[in-house]
Amino acid sequence: MTTPTLAVWKFASCDGCQLSLLDCEDELLEVAGRLRIARFLEATRQVLPGPYDVSLVEGSITTPDDAERIRKIREMSGTLVTIGACATAGGIQALRNHADVTEFASMIYPRPDYLSTLATSTPIAAHVDVDYELHGCPVDRRQLLEVIGALLAGRKPNIPAHSVCFECKQRHNVCVVVAHGTPCLGPVTRAGCGALCPAVGRGCYGCFGPAETPNTAAEAALLIGAGMSADDVHRAYRTFNSAAWEEAGS
Amino acid sequence: MPESAGLLDATELPRLFDALRERGYTVVGPTVRDGAIMLAELGSAAELPYGWGVVTGAGRYRLHRRSDTAAFANSAGPQSIKDILHPPRARLWSADRTADGVTTTGPDRPPRYAVIGARPCDLAAMAVLDRVLSAGAYPEPIYTARRDGVFVVAVDCTEPAATCFCTSMGGGPAATGGFDLAMTELADADGHRFVVRAGSPAGAEVLSALCVRAAGPRAESEARAAVAAAADAITRSMPDESLPDLLTGARESPHWADVADRCLTCGNCTMVCPTCFCTTTEDVADLTGEHAERWRRWDSCFDLDFSYVHGGSVRRSGESRYRQWMSHKLGNWQAQFGSSGCVGCGRCIAWCPAGIDITEEAAALSAWRRSERAQPCPP
Repeated sequence: MTTPTLAVWKFASCDGCQLSLLDCEDELLEVAGRLRIARFLEATRQVLPGPYDVSLVEGSITTPDDAERIRKIREMSGTLVTIGACATAGGIQALRNHADVTEFASMIYPRPDYLSTLATSTPIAAHVDVDYELHGCPVDRRQLLEVIGALLAGRKPNIPAHSVCFECKQRHNVCVVVAHGTPCLGPVTRAGCGALCPAVGRGCYGCFGPAETPNTAAEAALLIGAGMSADDVHRAYRTFNSAAWEEAGS
Repeated sequence: MPESAGLLDATELPRLFDALRERGYTVVGPTVRDGAIMLAELGSAAELPYGWGVVTGAGRYRLHRRSDTAAFANSAGPQSIKDILHPPRARLWSADRTADGVTTTGPDRPPRYAVIGARPCDLAAMAVLDRVLSAGAYPEPIYTARRDGVFVVAVDCTEPAATCFCTSMGGGPAATGGFDLAMTELADADGHRFVVRAGSPAGAEVLSALCVRAAGPRAESEARAAVAAAADAITRSMPDESLPDLLTGARESPHWADVADRCLTCGNCTMVCPTCFCTTTEDVADLTGEHAERWRRWDSCFDLDFSYVHGGSVRRSGESRYRQWMSHKLGNWQAQFGSSGCVGCGRCIAWCPAGIDITEEAAALSAWRRSERAQPCPP
């Protein structure tokens, strides 16, 4: 059996998600032993030619060139997995979707006419078929290993779509909403992080995006009841996954 | 062990812990952590929540300092004895590839737990879980192994919460069975002490290792009065009618849509419920493919995947998922297991982030049904 190949791709993003792969320190040698890392520029300049069995795609589509490039990547990839809030929901840069990107560019760049950019930041799945999505800003490295392990074993990965509350209760976190009155997006946010923020007494920021069927209106009322202004609630839903929350009705 | 109740001074609790440990038990009990009374393995009796009280409401739980040193004058936290006997995650088996095939092991043998401070609602829940998980032709191995080894030190309720309604579910603040030892806590001018009784030979044997005096009529009557006062202090209740009939009759009520407007489908109610027992399994493997494990974890009927069958999930709306949970808990459970699935502990009310109150929803369904009956016949 030939060793399956892995390629890592970057679009508009901060690189944090693909660095989660390098962050798998204890398991990295095993990953490298089971998969030929054919293209991973954060780790090595050596690039092997495609096609690739597995592609991990980070980042959102924000330029005409990227919209074309992702199609080529899809064509040369067996299984395509998007990683992180940018790739799955457009990322923070999707804030442009409700603003004038040319105005933004004119405030930042001395020669904005050099830029070729799209008016929107869109998730990979808006352009090509995606096999699995890993959410989060950044992704959870255990979920990343779970998907890689599942693909190697030919089984379905465990990527639950229920709320963060499931994970809080599983690890015996005290509910920060009920016991502390802390605003928390956990009840409407997709699990996967292991309830990281509530475990240290902070409310969930919703960086994994909406859970399967989030009641965003009821959650907004609770956040306002916990002392947040309507503007702050709006901003909470418009941070890492604005397009996904918007689609979920918030 | 005398037939009449014994009196155990609070200073004797460390010796109770020692006695349990000497008999091979891992001692689990309530302790304050992160602003709540949580269950944990306790190293010593000093970790008990001495002097802490609790105020709860729908979607609200706050600790406060009491004026006495009582350790158990507080209502239950988010966890129950279910967390010990039917843990959120458990490994069912693990498998390793060998030269000539595969070897499997598991499930792991659990420690023998001694649960200190189990509440009467915990005991009622344990009786429900016994019927669900142990009584059938195929006892569930993890629960049954933990249950068989458990030693229960129950404490009668003397400070019910505003969210409690055990008295309307056939229970009450007194421990009446299912314990090895049961205690009523008294903390007043006469000192901090426990009126204690044994409920099993194992309990009597542990008690014989402690310094127990005869309680005497005064302490016994004070203990009875404290428990009776707790029963009187319970204000919430379920509608006084057949709940299975109510749930069947209210199946098409528009009130379910009203609940769904508030329900976050987050699943907290099912996870804090001491009788919700549903689980799912997950297979995990290491990257080499040489080692695999099957884990069981709590599932919830509020998870879309819970009702997933070929083609999609059956209960897609929040409305249908809340109706499923409440109808099973209060209604169908009777036909399935011979009792209600609700023990009236009120955890689902306190720990619902949205403060949805099952007693209020039942009352609203009951009112809707009455109004439906009062309608004149259609023309």
